[in-house]
Amino acid sequence: MPDRHIDYVAVKKTRMARNAGRDAEQKPMAGGDAKLHSPLGLLAELTHRCPLGCPYCSNPLALDPRSEELDTQTWARVFKEAAGLGVLQVHLSGGEPGARRDLVEITAAAHASGLYTNLITSAVGITAATLHKLAECGLDHVQISIQDSEEKSADHIAGYQGAFARKRALAATVVDLKIPLTVNAVMHRANIDHLEDMVALALALGASRVEIAHAQYYGWALKNRSALMPTEEQVRRAAATVEELRRKHHGEIVIDAVVPDYHARLPKPCVGGWGRRSLNVTPSGKVLPCHAAESIPGLEFWSVREHALADIWAHSPAFKAFRGTDWMREPCLSCARRDIDFGGCRCQAFALTGDARATDPVCHLAPGHDIVQRLAAVQDDVPYAYRRQ
Amino acid sequence: MNEAASVIAADARPRLPRGVRLVHNEAQGGWVLLAPERVFKADAISVEVLKRCTGEATFAAIVNDLAEAFKAPRERIQADVTTMLRGLADKRLLEL
Repeated sequence: MPDRHIDYVAVKKTRMARNAGRDAEQKPMAGGDAKLHSPLGLLAELTHRCPLGCPYCSNPLALDPRSEELDTQTWARVFKEAAGLGVLQVHLSGGEPGARRDLVEITAAAHASGLYTNLITSAVGITAATLHKLAECGLDHVQISIQDSEEKSADHIAGYQGAFARKRALAATVVDLKIPLTVNAVMHRANIDHLEDMVALALALGASRVEIAHAQYYGWALKNRSALMPTEEQVRRAAATVEELRRKHHGEIVIDAVVPDYHARLPKPCVGGWGRRSLNVTPSGKVLPCHAAESIPGLEFWSVREHALADIWAHSPAFKAFRGTDWMREPCLSCARRDIDFGGCRCQAFALTGDARATDPVCHLAPGHDIVQRLAAVQDDVPYAYRRQ
Repeated sequence: MNEAASVIAADARPRLPRGVRLVHNEAQGGWVLLAPERVFKADAISVEVLKRCTGEATFAAIVNDLAEAFKAPRERIQADVTTMLRGLADKRLLEL
């Protein structure tokens, strides 16, 4: 699955017209807990099946089998409930969503609920004919992952011969249909030096947006961490290249990029705060605050098979576990940034320290920060453990 | 930004491209502009501008209309709307 960055920007103006990059401030839901906001985005993991084997995949190692996947009608109900809860955008993802034979019906149902529909795909398994049908039933945006700027390397990283050519072909169809295209470029040691070529490729494909998504170490990516980890020098060069390319292509293509976790001093505001802006429904129907949340032991997740989405959002133990700031300890508790980055990522805190309530060790103030620095220096050219079901 | 880029032709017909939609949502507290993997909260004035970006009205007509609706000097409206629309176009959220 490609990496996801959702951030919310406000069109705000001091005079009549200035566009400021500010978080959309939300009013809490009427009558509810002051900390309970309406979610803005729903990540719908339609399936864990995927023809590609990308070693940076953030899906869990234990993938949901096809036999446990939610059916079309249940997804349609989930979308209706999501829209009722205030969700604006649904990200149809996976796995590879094209592996679902009912992808067109699912997309149509999401559109009919009034949701903005975003298809996140590897492009392998979606034909031009399917894309035409998706366009007709209201698909708003397509994101295609690209593994490298060069075919041989791209197919090697994807673990799938011929993937690169199919991505190029589907991207062309997306652009022909006048659907906006984002290229998602997951960066790691093998391709980070090709960043400029990847942006050039995104431009050539007609993308209006490119995500420079540094691999984040969850699921399969965690397993492959030392094989993927870029060097400090590569990361530094990549950041400078992004700045240069943004200037060069201003107005042509939007380049979104964040500093890779293990090389940062400040943690990311993971999913915009736990149980605050987004939710994730797994192929089998479990509702998670983020796609990696099942890696934290002891959390109780509720399923859309048994509960309404609004009930899950407000009351499921997993959502309440780290919502707000009450769960925090020092140094987060008294930190001036606690409402900005929410203590970072809970899954990462658990993965690296064994304690999900700890400060994300990416933070330079975290007692465990040296762990991250040590791991960032481990580069090991072992073969990839490809993601396979 | 160079000077040419900060001007919008009087006969341009700004419109929201496919994949960018202005919607009203009660739960999120009002008007929002939905875009590829982005949500922009739109305030009352920007909504008035965006509603007029239909691809039919010219930029000059939009400015005239807003100057009349808001009883404000045309030059100032034109400058402010230019900044706003140019900013959106640079982010690929508007076609000019």
